[in-house]
Amino acid sequence: MSDVVVVDYGAGNTRSVRAALTHLGKSSVVLSDPAAILEASFVVLPGVGSARSAMEHLNQTGAADALRTRFSNGGATLGICLGMQLALQTSEEDDGVTCLGLLEGDVRRLQADRVPRLGWANVDPWNESFYFAHSFVGQSPDTVATSDGFCVAVRNGSFFGVQFHPEKSGDAGLNFLEQCLTLV
Amino acid sequence: MPYSRLIPCLDVANGRVVKGVSFVGLRDVGDPVELAKFYSDGGADELVFLDITATPEGAKTMTSVVAQVADVLEIPFTVGGGIRTVEDASRIIEAGADRVSLNSAALSNPELISEIAELFGSQAVVVAIDAGDGVVHTHGGRNATEIKTVPWAIEAASRGAGEILLTSIRQDGQRTGFDLELTRQVRDAISIPVIASGGAGNAQHIAEALRITDAALIASIVHENPAGLKGLRAEIESFGITLRPLKEKV
Repeated sequence: MSDVVVVDYGAGNTRSVRAALTHLGKSSVVLSDPAAILEASFVVLPGVGSARSAMEHLNQTGAADALRTRFSNGGATLGICLGMQLALQTSEEDDGVTCLGLLEGDVRRLQADRVPRLGWANVDPWNESFYFAHSFVGQSPDTVATSDGFCVAVRNGSFFGVQFHPEKSGDAGLNFLEQCLTLV
Repeated sequence: MPYSRLIPCLDVANGRVVKGVSFVGLRDVGDPVELAKFYSDGGADELVFLDITATPEGAKTMTSVVAQVADVLEIPFTVGGGIRTVEDASRIIEAGADRVSLNSAALSNPELISEIAELFGSQAVVVAIDAGDGVVHTHGGRNATEIKTVPWAIEAASRGAGEILLTSIRQDGQRTGFDLELTRQVRDAISIPVIASGGAGNAQHIAEALRITDAALIASIVHENPAGLKGLRAEIESFGITLRPLKEKV
């Protein structure tokens, strides 16, 4: 059995996150099978695609309910970028989407000088730079880190979500991923 | 605000990096994977790969290069050249690229921008504009169109492009500095990020561009001395530009 299940949304780049996991010595598999999501020791909700198409895929495959059950059971899950946003209750993206609702909070269109917000930015209070590429941003009472004042990390129980891409953030990103994996 | 970005651009033909990359410190200067890793370790914030063959065979080779690069690179990268359909874009993104760059295909079929943005998000779509004398050019800058540069940038942004890669064909390869006026005009007209391209000859040129816009594309200045990237970053910072802090490897 693979160490990590990377949840499949039906489209997009999951190769980079798998490459980062491989670099850390973890085998991974990309799937949306509910049973595998429930049983996995670690699950990654990657940051690919758009909120609507991702949620449709998760609902159709039963992965959405599996992720909710997994969360209540205390199974470790990391959400990256869109994967973090999907864990909240609703998103303004694509004219409004109901998300997984694992954590309290919602996702709104980013208000910044330049959108998408692209590039490396410092994350407080971790004082470390990570790579961002987003047009939407979450807000949640479970916020644990910010960047330029935006909510960029949420944590509640066994769910950890980050707006940045650890798999694209060089050594800082790999270190972060490694620490997440030790939470299992 | 995210830090200003420095983006080396690699031209790839038939799976090999072409154009004047110097040999210092590299086993195989033509290997895109090794060069990508080298630049990533040296402090590149992102990379751009341009497939300059842009043929069907070239596209297959490029997909395999993208997959190999994605397996070793832990910074984002954009791939351009020969992407004409949503399927082309999907193939490149699924192989591991973060973003695709569209050029002439977006001009002949602007819908392509929105189609890719809907599927992968705006951040996955870069529109490359080769600009000169106020109009957009095609075929590597050789052919002038009647499409005006600034209105085209506005249209690309409104159709869902997440970034404009703006090359001044007058300055490209001259190494006498970026076309700052052009960069300013485009930046002021849109609210998505703009990468300035064409003309980087020294750190001061790059700093001038980064005072105006979000990112600078660099080619010969870094290919002539790949090991000098860290020094170049320090020099750019000495002109008052803040780049992301690099941590020393232990």
